[in-house]
Amino acid sequence: MLTMIGKRLLFAIPSLIGVVIVTFLLTRALPGDPAAYFAGPAATKEAIDQIRKKLGFDKPLIEQFVRYTYDLAHGDLGTSLTTGQPVAAELRNRLPASAELTLLGLVVSIVIAIPLGVLAATRPGSWIDHLCRVTTTAGVSLPVFFTGLVLVYVFYFRLGWSPAPLGRLDVFYSAPPTVTGFYLIDTLIARDVEAFRSALGQLILPAVTLAVFSLAPIARMTRASMLAVLASDFVRTARASGLSPGKVIVTYAFRNAMLPVVTTLSMVFSFLLGANVLVEKVFAWPGIGSYAVEALIASDFAPVQGFVLTMAVMYVLLNLIIDILYGVIDPRVRLEG
Amino acid sequence: MKRRDFLKSVSGLAAGVLAPTAPAIFSPARADARSETLLIVSEGGPNNLDIHGIGTNVPGYEVSWNCYDRLISHEMKSGPGGVPYYDRDKFKGELAEDMNIGDMSVTFKLRKNAKFHDGAPVTAKDVKWSLDRAVSVGGFPTFQMSAGSLTKPEQFVVVDDYTVRVDFLKKDRLTIPDLAVIVPCVVNSELVKKNASEKDPWGLEFTKQQTAGSGAYKVTKWTAGTEVVMERNDDWACGPAPKIRRVIWRMVPQAGNRRALLERGDADISYELPFKDFQEMKANGKLNVVSLPFSNGIQYIGMNVTRPPFDNPKVRQAMAYAMPYQKIMDAVLFGLANPMFGAAKDKPTEVAWPQPTKYVTDMEKAKALLTEAGYANGFETTISFDLNFAGVNEPLCVLVQESLAQLGIKATINKVPGANWRTELTKKEMPLFTNVFSGWLDYPEYFFYWCYHGNNSIFNTMSYKSPEMDKLIDGARIAAATGDTAAYDADVKGFVDLAYADIPRIPLYQPFVNVAMQKNVTGYQYWFHRRLDYRAMAKG
Repeated sequence: MLTMIGKRLLFAIPSLIGVVIVTFLLTRALPGDPAAYFAGPAATKEAIDQIRKKLGFDKPLIEQFVRYTYDLAHGDLGTSLTTGQPVAAELRNRLPASAELTLLGLVVSIVIAIPLGVLAATRPGSWIDHLCRVTTTAGVSLPVFFTGLVLVYVFYFRLGWSPAPLGRLDVFYSAPPTVTGFYLIDTLIARDVEAFRSALGQLILPAVTLAVFSLAPIARMTRASMLAVLASDFVRTARASGLSPGKVIVTYAFRNAMLPVVTTLSMVFSFLLGANVLVEKVFAWPGIGSYAVEALIASDFAPVQGFVLTMAVMYVLLNLIIDILYGVIDPRVRLEG
Repeated sequence: MKRRDFLKSVSGLAAGVLAPTAPAIFSPARADARSETLLIVSEGGPNNLDIHGIGTNVPGYEVSWNCYDRLISHEMKSGPGGVPYYDRDKFKGELAEDMNIGDMSVTFKLRKNAKFHDGAPVTAKDVKWSLDRAVSVGGFPTFQMSAGSLTKPEQFVVVDDYTVRVDFLKKDRLTIPDLAVIVPCVVNSELVKKNASEKDPWGLEFTKQQTAGSGAYKVTKWTAGTEVVMERNDDWACGPAPKIRRVIWRMVPQAGNRRALLERGDADISYELPFKDFQEMKANGKLNVVSLPFSNGIQYIGMNVTRPPFDNPKVRQAMAYAMPYQKIMDAVLFGLANPMFGAAKDKPTEVAWPQPTKYVTDMEKAKALLTEAGYANGFETTISFDLNFAGVNEPLCVLVQESLAQLGIKATINKVPGANWRTELTKKEMPLFTNVFSGWLDYPEYFFYWCYHGNNSIFNTMSYKSPEMDKLIDGARIAAATGDTAAYDADVKGFVDLAYADIPRIPLYQPFVNVAMQKNVTGYQYWFHRRLDYRAMAKG
């Protein structure tokens, strides 16, 4: 097993090198001159040239690339010009914010979508099947920022149930000491119940927004996969042997229907992590998505490269975890390179 | 289930749902904190806490203004609508308790009780080091210092521990005002030198992350792109003790949410909202909305005069008659701007800037002028704008495009990303564009020197060159320095008239800075830099 994992990681190295080269070239190909941008609105030509020199953008591309890979090998992702902070530190601070939100959104989504999908599959054509179809269609067709804004408008502005959409904590709480970076866990470790409530309160609306969006693929995939399994021979055999419907569905059918669902989950997770930029914008969430987009707008190279690299590494790890999960769910699946 | 049990369980459930999201005030201490804390929400935050840093953005200026002191600052006067407005002509000491202007130098006596945040006294060598730094680091700060003829470290002389002299290179009316802008702030030289390196002799890396000044506030926490927390410096010696103990400045990218936060009473103050929101908030009266004109600022349509068709003054005049001025005022700005067009025909030119042109929308006249210039059937061109300010620029350009279409001029709209805008301006190749210029120093000759002078600075976006214009601008600068009022007035009137006859750029309006705040927030002051001064603010 361990050698298999090692082998898989080894295979990931060429793709990571590819990602490094492509992001480097792509960011250089971006329109816009960061030196002119950062020289500010009142800069002369000389001032812009001075800044370009300071930032090292006057050097040939190949020299810049060598310097970049050298820094990268030393764990230095460079410094963001817009925020003035080292990229590695920023990503470290912001990744937990995105991950906490995405995970919670995904959990909410799974809790709703999987039972919905299973029920829809066991009773095709019934009202629950229609409910499943309507919610999933509505979920995918509503853009996330729209759902987010509507939720803020209703639950914060109109009803006042939800706290102000001002990021991860109410402004008057201080963040718990960082252990995991997940506020829900860190506040509990620090035994600060008020801060825990505040963190949870801040999380509910954005998590629900994400959940609404990700319901569709999970519920539809569960339903389709369940339908296929329920029609297969072994389920017929199980039923014929007189097993209870509950046992047939949960123990035999559901477990076998899980494989495609798990694949979908991994896709949905990585997609959400990168694409929840809009949710982060709406809820002033200090995540990595909004960080990357802001950097892109300012043609700030280092954070964009750091972001793409982080995402690439996460995809590699996620795929590995999913492959291992396959083996757990279905012993017939073997991890092979 | 009995009805009563049902109700109980429902209300219990509701409480359970609401508990985590209940309002933040659980303890009286927290309520106190709220009344002494100012919560600001805005779209963008600082990228650097030091205005001397590389590429410090405009929100960074606000931090510098409140956390550092300068030698001198401006007095306040009553501005439009009774809002306190900085007085361009009256200075007061900040770190200096006395200013003595001589013929070719100015001498400052420093307050003896002023201390930096770490407790070190503010002395003359700190002042010299800081001014040396401003003229030496390059980029924007050095450029701004040079606008007041402050360019060489030798100009700053330590006389004794608490006396500094600034020598003039030449007589320049802008030297003293330039010492009161944000850039010449005084930095804790010992502290910064300790954290400087050979590669970074001015310690810019250190001051990027933390404030090292003597100002009324100090930054205690800064998460870039998320929030800035500033605490009051209780030992501040340069003015009356500020009332706000803590300033929390949160970045909220969604304009709609910023408005919701204000209207719900959760945020105290915000700017950078769409004009429509400001107009609606003004109308419903729940909040205090302050709208004041940018001092020395104009949004304009510029034309590249180096190539056809805009090298022909007749075409430029035709363009000036074809602008849909009033439509822009109503549909784009919702009235929140000062018109810079349509002055009465017989109105004499004033010695003031900005002032309106006599142009009005007159398509007949525009058509006639175009025909005269040989473009009876119009021409094709592109109109460019900066996407960073798309909220105003995009509808404005669409209106201009529509209006020009009536003359047969086919203008394609070119949206330039914010990061690119500066590059495009420097190239000076865009034929037609809209932009804003506003100067910190509120003097007509300062504006004209950057925007119309033949030395072709980056802000002379039209590449306009006229020996006559240069003579008038240079004349006004010399007259201002020597105090020759008659010559000055004649030159200012002369360059305004010439700029409006030759019309290389068409003034549209003077933009407003809009700030919305809760009714209990007082003490807002308008400054030339258009950012907030927390020192005068209070929550009552």
